[in-house]
Amino acid sequence: MGGGRRTSLGSAGVKLRRISAIAIKEVLQVWRDPRSLMMALLVPVMQMLLLGYGVNLDIANIPTCTYDEEGSPQSVDLLKHFQASRYFNLVANLNSERQIADAMDRGRCKIAIVIPADFSRDIAMTRYASVQAIVDATDDNTATLATAYARAVVQGYSDEVQAELALQLGQRTMPAPIAEQSRVWFNEDLESRNFIIPGVVALVLALVGAQLTSLTISREWERGTMELLLSTPVTPMELMIGKLLPYFAIGLLDAAICLAFALYLFAVPFRGAFSTLLFTTSLFLVVVLGIGYLLSVLIPSQIGASQMAMFATIMPISLLSGYAFPIDQMPAPIQALTYLVHARYYVTILKAIFLKGSSAAELWAPITALIVYAAAVAGLAARAFRRQLT
Amino acid sequence: MSTVASLRSPAIEVERLEKRFGRFLAVSDVSFSVRPGEILGFLGPNGAGKSTTIRMLCGLLRPSAGRALVDRIDVALDPEAVRKRIGYMSQKFSLYQDLTVAENLRFFGGIYGLAGARLAARMRYALEMAELTDHADSLVSDLAGGWKQRLALGCAILHEPRILFLDEPTSGVDPLSRRRFWDLIHDMSGAGVTCIVSTHHMDEAEYCNRIALIDRGTLVALGSPAELKRRSLGGELLRVECAPLDRALAALHECPLARDVAVFGSTLHVLVDDAAARREPLIAYLAEHSVEDAHVTRIDPTLEDAFVQLVGRGEPPREPGWAAGAGQASGAQA
Repeated sequence: MGGGRRTSLGSAGVKLRRISAIAIKEVLQVWRDPRSLMMALLVPVMQMLLLGYGVNLDIANIPTCTYDEEGSPQSVDLLKHFQASRYFNLVANLNSERQIADAMDRGRCKIAIVIPADFSRDIAMTRYASVQAIVDATDDNTATLATAYARAVVQGYSDEVQAELALQLGQRTMPAPIAEQSRVWFNEDLESRNFIIPGVVALVLALVGAQLTSLTISREWERGTMELLLSTPVTPMELMIGKLLPYFAIGLLDAAICLAFALYLFAVPFRGAFSTLLFTTSLFLVVVLGIGYLLSVLIPSQIGASQMAMFATIMPISLLSGYAFPIDQMPAPIQALTYLVHARYYVTILKAIFLKGSSAAELWAPITALIVYAAAVAGLAARAFRRQLT
Repeated sequence: MSTVASLRSPAIEVERLEKRFGRFLAVSDVSFSVRPGEILGFLGPNGAGKSTTIRMLCGLLRPSAGRALVDRIDVALDPEAVRKRIGYMSQKFSLYQDLTVAENLRFFGGIYGLAGARLAARMRYALEMAELTDHADSLVSDLAGGWKQRLALGCAILHEPRILFLDEPTSGVDPLSRRRFWDLIHDMSGAGVTCIVSTHHMDEAEYCNRIALIDRGTLVALGSPAELKRRSLGGELLRVECAPLDRALAALHECPLARDVAVFGSTLHVLVDDAAARREPLIAYLAEHSVEDAHVTRIDPTLEDAFVQLVGRGEPPREPGWAAGAGQASGAQA
């Protein structure tokens, strides 16, 4: 033991040594506890599968009944068009309106297509015939979509009939019927999956990220190692950076898993730049890891911190981030609340990068919001850290 | 300690230190100073305020009142600077059990800003000192109690602190390891490191240069073990071995020769003004009160005797660990 003073190194060098000592220690502890590592990597896989497949606003295979009062070749032809559509699944041919009512009451079908007895005669005589669709509107989203799909099928059939008639009459050109011509941008297939999956990535990262760090400080308190740590010259900021670094790496791995699922399993189109994705994802990870860390600082028990990380993220994010439920259709006060939800900005960013191919410059607003969020969370955590026992 | 050391300013200076937890006064009006290289023992029962005082000196607890200078730095004003200069072993073992011996040392070395050759040299020194060189790659959770404590000391001295705070470093450790641990503390002290060691083992207190006797948050007495014994008793001790003990106790309580009587195991300790002059009269007095064949010898007082005088006022100490070192430490001298 010399006791003599050594020439002190630059304080930046000492800071780096402290930060790396903490980071290495955290890595060793995660490594020695393979269960926690498995959880960190398996949970996002499960959540991606669950939420990716579970949340789907598209409707296919609507159970459908038919009631063909005519039974002519033409009516049978129209029903075949319904059968061919992936939106409809013909479950029964019925013979009366009573039977339709009965089938709907029993939940056998959501929609019934009724072809009147004078269907083919009307087409031949007046060139105008009608088909009835009876819809179970207890689920209004399904009802609206089913009606729209049915109209589309009938319209398609109608066009064919007109073309045939025109051919029979020897007309080369026929008066073009005024038809709706809408173009869909960015999500051409109108697949709700393309719209939702980027949001699911944000949701999963927010949940997993906060969980990862929610235990890190409370564990030190519970195991009694914090007292010794507090007696050393380590500063709250060094401790936070050192502890977050390893989880940042795990978070990036989780992000890679989620993105791989989005791109390869759910085949969501990706039009943006990878660098923009990496930059914004890193930024979002800092925010979510910081929130978990803040909770860990505030709540000295591991279970409490972990549960709080669950509560604090799952509800606001799933309802207010706009990942599935569009924010601009919420009432104004609720819309104002969404600005407090960090995932809101990342959902916006991810959707824009995936579907529109937006650049970082175009996304300056949500990116700035995330930077402010990250700084606020880090500042709060450093302030809230108890440097002394009580 | 050496004259050079005593000429320097005190390593620790405490003035009227106080700590309240709500309405509970944990430490009250404690003042003392410690010379560089000195071993100061905090002796007192559990809950007396030893740990609270140490924690305040380490900057872990904010004092409610009073002042504490550690290496001339006020702990309340600049706990950061104090933390760089001290080594601390907390009462509860607080190294990482899921890391190996070497990993713990490397971690604390890094926290204290060591790296490269210096870190390697200090780690080697700590391993040798703690006799753990062969177990560098063992998980700490697999180590026995005494080894863990030596490792904790190793982690606390990596950065060559000038002041060491050891809070009950030998609790739950077997006697042989305790003895070895105290040898290490003496080595540190010999190298000029100031050591504050809390304990509730009487026999350990004898190893300290000075003892601060703490009870119910107050500093009851401060001095070398010999001083404390002399000063506290204000007389000399006679040990009475006789049967039946309870009749002798009752008789001696009434005896004008005895200033005080206390039960120690199966014997009685009697405080008298002059042991040589009072021995014979005491035997006679006991015989008068139908206690025959009393064997009375003069003994040197133990720290426990001193403690009973200073704190207990005749009440036997209640803590189970308290009396562990008593009895066998009292050397009989007729």
